[in-house]
Amino acid sequence: MSGMPRPGWHVATVAATRRETPNATRIELDVDGWPGNEAGQHLDVRLTAPDGYTATRSYSIASSGEGSRVVLAVDKLPDGEVSPYLVDELRAGDRLEVHGPLGAFFIWRPAAVTDDARPVQLIAGGSGVVPLFAMAHAHAAAADPTPFRLLYSVRTPDDVYFASEWAALAAASAPLRLDLVYTRRTPDGWSAPPGRITRDALEAAAVPAAERPRVFVCGSTGFVERVADWLVELGHEPRDIRTERYGGT
Amino acid sequence: MSFITRGFTGRGRERDDRLPPGQTLVGDFPVLSAGPTPDIDTADWAFTIRTESGTEHSWNWDEFMALPIEDVTTDIHCVTHWSKLGTGWRGVSLDTLFADVDTELEYTMAHSYGGYTTNVPLDDLLDGKAWVAFEYDGEPLDPEHGGPARLLVPHLYFWKSAKWVRGLEMMADDEPGFWEQNGYHLRGDPWKEERYW
Amino acid sequence: MTSHLDGNALAGPLADFFSFDITTATGRCKACGTVAELARAMVYVSGAGTVVRCATCDHVLAVLVDTGERAWIDLAGVSAIEVRR
Repeated sequence: MSGMPRPGWHVATVAATRRETPNATRIELDVDGWPGNEAGQHLDVRLTAPDGYTATRSYSIASSGEGSRVVLAVDKLPDGEVSPYLVDELRAGDRLEVHGPLGAFFIWRPAAVTDDARPVQLIAGGSGVVPLFAMAHAHAAAADPTPFRLLYSVRTPDDVYFASEWAALAAASAPLRLDLVYTRRTPDGWSAPPGRITRDALEAAAVPAAERPRVFVCGSTGFVERVADWLVELGHEPRDIRTERYGGT
Repeated sequence: MSFITRGFTGRGRERDDRLPPGQTLVGDFPVLSAGPTPDIDTADWAFTIRTESGTEHSWNWDEFMALPIEDVTTDIHCVTHWSKLGTGWRGVSLDTLFADVDTELEYTMAHSYGGYTTNVPLDDLLDGKAWVAFEYDGEPLDPEHGGPARLLVPHLYFWKSAKWVRGLEMMADDEPGFWEQNGYHLRGDPWKEERYW
Repeated sequence: MTSHLDGNALAGPLADFFSFDITTATGRCKACGTVAELARAMVYVSGAGTVVRCATCDHVLAVLVDTGERAWIDLAGVSAIEVRR
């Protein structure tokens, strides 16, 4: 925990928003007093209604490093109370309160810092890709020699987050290898029919257990538990698997 | 440094004279859960009252269903500031369950499948104030809402209406249950806003 | 919404109680003896409070109640917590 920035409450001003997918919005915040954050950390957003009612929710951070600019990508939950506001209503100039940066467990640091050059396998379900994108981006920015792979399960081609950024990460000097699994609809000419990720697909697309990769899994509770169970069955060390579940409204 | 977030209202909240202080109305039925939802087959279910002498008064599901059943329409108030008015339940009155129970003690601890506990004074359970309910809104109580059966003590905050209830243990003193050990009020009267210690 | 989260979700709520990120600290479950990082625990968030359970045996490790102005923490289900400096 040495060198971790201390979390605190900060006022954030929305610098820009843009559609990430038909169901999600990318939100760029300028956070007064933000101490910077590690790749994979999250923050809590607090909204306050005119009658004093408040609602607080956690969101993963898509960006990392120093500076006061913080990027979120928020998926709209159908019965949500906070996410529909953030996705459809929030606009540049709005202010909200954020608490962070939070979490020292689900983070990735360059091999130069950790002295751990084992390969890294990232596994994302849906919007669980957000903290893993931060890790992949930090990996490329650091030109880190650690082999990096991402297995990303997503509903349709339209639902892919950071669609314009993956190609650059794959072409970086420290390349990311990306494997996509489409659960509802594939692009034209895709080799596999749409369907949920299977144990066989996981085995085929993930760094083999024999290479002792560090594995980060993020997604819904059901997705994370299914994948984590398979990873252990495939011979991965439970302590090498770090998971983060999301849920709520 | 709290301030208003432009355009944020939260879920719809209304005022009504039937609402205790600090409560707002909801239309749906929010679920509060402190753990995994227990899966209890009525074939394995039993409700037991245990007294200071060690005597146990116990009913299995069939015996319980053979007891006099009451229809109850009541308002419910959750400590998390939501209330729901005119909810419909079916259950067995605690007066019926305590009819043959011989005890000198004044307090009870409700125990649930899954380990949850909550303390309720006996006075708050008797005289038509509480039930063990097994139907909500004309349907069997679903597991998320405490089925097959839950305590229903509607004049106290709803955490006292223990989900998945399996019995009551008589106590000499008002010992705190699960939430009561962690900040929540020992009694929990919504009209006095007894939310916390 | 009754599915659980994990101990990562505790980083914010527990920042008021501890001067470091406690989600990477390891704790020992009083019921089954499992030693694991708090981030690996199962977390049930409800309006009344947050209940932290052992991922191995389901035993309640910790309970957190936060009213905004006041907050309580109960770590009675953890026999010891190890912090690495």
